[in-house]
Amino acid sequence: MNSISRRALGVAAVSMIALGAAFPAMAEQTHDRVHFLIPGGAGGGWDGAARGVGEALTAAGIVGNASFENMSGGGGGLAFTYLIDNAASNYGTLMVQSTPLIIRGLTGEISQTFRDAVPIAGVLGDFAALVVAADSPIQTFADFLEAYKANPDAVATGGGSVPGGMDHLVASLVLEAAGLNAEDVQYIPYDAGGTAMAGLLSGEIQALSTGFSEAVEMAAAGEVRILGLTSAERLPEFPDVPTFAEQGAEMEFVNWRGFFGAPGLPEDQAAAYTAALEAMMATPEWEAVRARNGWTNIWYAGDDFTAFLANQEEEMRQMMVDLGFL
Amino acid sequence: MLDGILLGLTTALSIQNLFLVTMGCIIGTLIGMLPGLGPMSIIAIMIPIAIGIGDPSGAMILLAGVYYGAIFGGSTSSILINAPGVASTVATSFDGYPMARRGQAGKALTIAAISSFIGGSVGAILLMIFAPALSSVALLFHSAEYFALMVLGLAAIAAFAGQGNVAKAVLMTILGLIMATVGEGALFNAARFTMGFPSLQSGFGFITLAMAMFALPEAMFLVMHPARSGKGGKAGEIGKLRITRQDARDMAPVVGRQSIQGFFIGVLPGAGATIASFLGYAVERNLASPKEREQFGKGSVKGLAAPEAANNAACSGSFVPLLTLGIPGSGTTAILLGALISLNVTPGPRLMTDSPEIFWAVIISMYIGNVVLLILNLPLIPYIAKLLAVPRPYLIPFILFFTLMGSYIGQNNPTELLILVLLGLGATALRMANYPLAPLLIGFILGRMMEDNFSRAMQLYRGPSFIWERPMTAALLVLAAILLVLPSWRARRERKRSLDSSMGD
Repeated sequence: MNSISRRALGVAAVSMIALGAAFPAMAEQTHDRVHFLIPGGAGGGWDGAARGVGEALTAAGIVGNASFENMSGGGGGLAFTYLIDNAASNYGTLMVQSTPLIIRGLTGEISQTFRDAVPIAGVLGDFAALVVAADSPIQTFADFLEAYKANPDAVATGGGSVPGGMDHLVASLVLEAAGLNAEDVQYIPYDAGGTAMAGLLSGEIQALSTGFSEAVEMAAAGEVRILGLTSAERLPEFPDVPTFAEQGAEMEFVNWRGFFGAPGLPEDQAAAYTAALEAMMATPEWEAVRARNGWTNIWYAGDDFTAFLANQEEEMRQMMVDLGFL
Repeated sequence: MLDGILLGLTTALSIQNLFLVTMGCIIGTLIGMLPGLGPMSIIAIMIPIAIGIGDPSGAMILLAGVYYGAIFGGSTSSILINAPGVASTVATSFDGYPMARRGQAGKALTIAAISSFIGGSVGAILLMIFAPALSSVALLFHSAEYFALMVLGLAAIAAFAGQGNVAKAVLMTILGLIMATVGEGALFNAARFTMGFPSLQSGFGFITLAMAMFALPEAMFLVMHPARSGKGGKAGEIGKLRITRQDARDMAPVVGRQSIQGFFIGVLPGAGATIASFLGYAVERNLASPKEREQFGKGSVKGLAAPEAANNAACSGSFVPLLTLGIPGSGTTAILLGALISLNVTPGPRLMTDSPEIFWAVIISMYIGNVVLLILNLPLIPYIAKLLAVPRPYLIPFILFFTLMGSYIGQNNPTELLILVLLGLGATALRMANYPLAPLLIGFILGRMMEDNFSRAMQLYRGPSFIWERPMTAALLVLAAILLVLPSWRARRERKRSLDSSMGD
């Protein structure tokens, strides 16, 4: 990015403040272009989030032009390193990240943490869920807890992440919240995608810790039953799905996806990005993208976002220490 | 079912949908020729356009065209410049590339196109008839069986992919298995053997390794031995499509068998087109007469037809778990699943009853994608093949550019280029010492899946007891052992016989 477009961004930011303050609900164009840095390959979760947000931003007329760059490697750390090393020329760039940034930061797989970039906003999230096959003898979360108490090995629980990764930690958080010792959980890791679901349906594992949007699709097809959901309250769109909290396991978890700016990004530019994303959230264009992908809106901006991330980091760190991963 | 087929046909055969499938095939073929962009990335790129169509049948028809086009495009780079861009076309280059080197590039591409067409068509028909019944087959295998299947694949192909010297081939296979352990494994949340390089954290990239083992050393040899490429210079023959009656007779049973075998392997989620192509190659080599077996790896018609038929049939097979269970068996079908969900279609046991028009339209569109691809590509083959008639001073830089770009394009990571060049130099040295490189790549591809499934089975059974507790695992492992011992037993018997006969003289 050269200095001209950076100046253009600055101008855009100023005009944003002028216009955005007067008509907060209207989608005015505030950025000529925004470049999205995606730490993973085409077709992944980060890719979908960045392209979805970019699509909504341009369709709503908030951003003139969105460009995307996939840079996979190092579990998302390579793009982060790139952003830091080339910070001054990347003020026009937003990097997408999600919960694994926290987890991989804790294990040291990624040498950076969210503190090394400028948190802009967390815009969408996916709650987690625990599911069993539709024909499983385990009918409810209480049944699951009974079976786990009797013999943890008999309820092998799979997930799409490595041991100590997100799906394992979420299942452990749920068990600990229910007052059980999560160390005994027989966690079976699968690579992401359909193999874990195949493992569940073939009877190799008895339960699966997975994202809620994926669980809902499978439940709609009649193949799995959702034992619980990690939101604080039931979701208005799915009033029949119980939360863990109401079943005696007081806990909350959301796999967020959010955006970060390059370190050193001037405050006014960061605020302009936050405002642009906030304006986007209210548009019908975003609603279309969100509904199409089955995402849940969340909104953490600026300092709130930093505080949310710090809180999640502490929770995850505690869990990983308990499980012996740290 | 006939109603369903008619329903699907009327949907798929509209002018708009025919236009979409044609565009999809063209785009897929052209982009698919670049080694760095496999079907998965191309489909991911095309998804916004497909969703923009709005109609699920139209979108799936476009994507099916792209899918088949990309698979064929991938075979093209394997055959012409020994640069397999996806794991499922590695076996294609075993015989496709030697054939092209002999100056029969057009013929090789034609055999690939026809085998793919038949494999895909048979797959689509099997899918149509058996899809609902096969959903239980897709769930037959547990991690233990997948592990055994990978061992079988390795035993079946790696040992002899080395042209003769089994010891060297086994050594290279082990090297490939070792290289597969670099990076994060499924069972560990720590990176292994990365020597501190963040670029190695997710392990070696498949494309980088494939380019380093196959395309780069080949290009180096072309530079060092000008005579090698001289043989390919007959511009008149290079683009010739004609396959002889004998070729057709050789191909027919191979393609028939592999279309069916490939389909059933493709039904298993997580095995997929790669295993299908390797096992297809291995089975046909074992079934061939000793004289034909000699030809495998040197440009055998059978050796080219087998993996091509198998990998396309397997792609059709992978739609069984996708459509009937909503389980994506491969990265590509995972992306297709995402597209379907975006279009408000939820694949699963209810799809066939809830929205039969989509179920059938998808299947029919796959078949039409296949037909359109064949019609489009046969006339194009002479022009594609003529690429090899380009004079060496232009061709070699082109190949080098192509391979370097291939490993860069998917990752946008310049370190990949350094890794590629270093590995490529190592591979060239190994080739000069007559070490076969294919077993290394096969070991690398299967190693990761083998390890993941092995560790899952070990954890589930708290030890190796799954080997004797699960009969199917035991059976597959015994089969693997037989396949490994068979060639040397056969050789010893032959040696003994010739010894006996010479004694008798």
